[in-house]
Amino acid sequence: MNPEKVLFGFFIVLALTLNFGFFVGDLDNPDHHHVYELFAVIVVNLVATILKFGDRTQMGAVLLATSLVAMLQLFAAALVWTMVVHVTGTGLTSVAMASIVSLSGGAMLANVISVILLIIETVMLRR
Amino acid sequence: MENIVFLIFRRMRAPLLILVLTYSIAILGLVLIPGRDADGNVWHMDFFHAFYFVSFMASTIGFGEIPYEFTAGQRLWVSFSIFFTVVVWLYSIGTVLALLKDETFQHALTERRFARQIKRMREAFYLVCGYGQTGEALVKSLTDRNQHAVVIDILQDRVNLLKLENLREYVPGLCGDARLPAHLLEAGLNHPRCRGVVALTNSNEANLKVAITSKLLHPEIEVICRADSHDIEANMASFGTDYIIDPFDTFALHLATAIQAPCLSLLQDWLSMGHSDLLKDPVYPPCEGLWVICGYGRFGKAIYDKLIREGLEVIVVEANPDTTGIPSTAFVMGRGTEANTLMEADIERAAGLVAGTDNDANNLSIIMTARELNQDLFVIMRQNRKDNDPVIEAVRADMVMLPSEIIANQIRVLLGAPMQHQFVKLVLHQEDEWACELISRISALVTSHAPEVWEVAFTEEDSHAVCAHVRRGEQLTLAQLMIDPRNRETNLPCIPLMLLRHNEWVLLPDPELSVQKDDHFLFCGSHYGRDRMEWTLQNENALSYILTGEARPEGWIWRRLINKGAT
Repeated sequence: MNPEKVLFGFFIVLALTLNFGFFVGDLDNPDHHHVYELFAVIVVNLVATILKFGDRTQMGAVLLATSLVAMLQLFAAALVWTMVVHVTGTGLTSVAMASIVSLSGGAMLANVISVILLIIETVMLRR
Repeated sequence: MENIVFLIFRRMRAPLLILVLTYSIAILGLVLIPGRDADGNVWHMDFFHAFYFVSFMASTIGFGEIPYEFTAGQRLWVSFSIFFTVVVWLYSIGTVLALLKDETFQHALTERRFARQIKRMREAFYLVCGYGQTGEALVKSLTDRNQHAVVIDILQDRVNLLKLENLREYVPGLCGDARLPAHLLEAGLNHPRCRGVVALTNSNEANLKVAITSKLLHPEIEVICRADSHDIEANMASFGTDYIIDPFDTFALHLATAIQAPCLSLLQDWLSMGHSDLLKDPVYPPCEGLWVICGYGRFGKAIYDKLIREGLEVIVVEANPDTTGIPSTAFVMGRGTEANTLMEADIERAAGLVAGTDNDANNLSIIMTARELNQDLFVIMRQNRKDNDPVIEAVRADMVMLPSEIIANQIRVLLGAPMQHQFVKLVLHQEDEWACELISRISALVTSHAPEVWEVAFTEEDSHAVCAHVRRGEQLTLAQLMIDPRNRETNLPCIPLMLLRHNEWVLLPDPELSVQKDDHFLFCGSHYGRDRMEWTLQNENALSYILTGEARPEGWIWRRLINKGAT
């Protein structure tokens, strides 16, 4: 067992599960989506992205790409949240909430691909 | 390129991870700890403000407590987190800076820059392996003739030296082991413009490795090697190394030529000199009498063999006969720096002395001591280091052998002027009188400086006017080409040395010979002669002035007017 692989797998799967946790619930209901969860998703995704740095294989490159996509989506979601609450002051309306959650939904799709790739790599390794 | 990106990523992994973790802990703490707003209500900091606050706290910019003053709980948390975030921040910044200064990283950067320079080479170049004394002299003479070179050396110091050198062309240099094929390839061995590889390192094995790598990976190019052991030379020759240069053998051959035919060796000397050098006086090594050779190393052996073959009497002085071996003739044990050893070697009745050890100080000492015992000695000195020039000049030896210069000179002629190389080779078969006559003709043309030697090719590109003239079916003799285009009463100061026509070499071609297209000539003479001749070759008006004595009308209108007048 390689501790590096454990940590790597852990963070990639955790990124997906947390992302899923934030995503489930009514799309436009602010009560179903907590800001702490979004924070956790962003932090864990950041860690997962950094862990993927410096892998020179083709698989590593695609993994890094999916992570970068997820980060982009999550940053957009956080930015929308900050804008509506602090800058424009309109608050978490159902329109704003829907766009935040759908952005995180996109990030989740990227995370799903990440996990699938991880599984494929593990299966191909056969040991 | 990719290498560098991956290097940065790999190194930045740990610091970035720690940075992310500490930031998130600090932010989370600030969000969780309750504060109070201006009216005293319980208020929770949101993520946006927490992120903002932590960002400037960690980088120790410090804008104060925002948006409301902190409660005691918040201050407690901040005072903890100031310490760990600041430390982590400095750590990650420090890692980035260390990475930029890191040698591996710097090396990767320079290698990439070097590879890009090589890829961009648009002109033919030679790959020079080893930038010692020889490499330095060679690169200098190549660039002086506007040829390009790329240098590999194993020592960074010497590559740095290359950058300080004031060369006429830019010469890219790589610090690397030339024995590794990867480095040779990086330096452009496979580049379509690479014309040849010159292996000049001080290790025979390295030169051998370079030669074999080059011959295998790019068989069409020329490979020139320095070697000073006969074993290695045979090995190099076995797989088709184009030229193998042994400085000791070269000098010994030169000495033998000078003994037999002083004019021939002077002619060779004059032609292979750089044209800014002062002309050398002829040397006349004694062709009879006793020769004393101090030092029976590679140089001593080469000289010994030649002298014995000339039928001269030779006594060898050597301090370590166990390592060098003993000659079959007379032999004295000792260094030769002391008077008694030299006396033992009969220095008083000797005609010539060879100070041939591998130590310049010893060689100087041998010469000084020997001169005290016998003033009329003909002295040959082996110079090992170029930087000893001033002392060696002061001792006024009759001949000085500096291996690096001999090799550099030979390779320069080989690469820069292949016809000249061929000429010098052919001249060896001529009589000494022939050479003496040529010497006196040359010395009439030039003043104190060495003559210039240049090639002329009658091709469309190099001599447009001559080709056009010949194409019209008109005759043009060599003598006509040597008329001064400024004043046709006088001749240009130059001598045609050789003609190459249909793969045949003709020494000193007849001036009345008419030239043909694709002839190659080798001329020697003064700089003025070369300059003017260029004019005749390219400019149709200059050529027609030479042939007819009239300046042809240049413009269209004038030509029409003249033609009308004629009809």
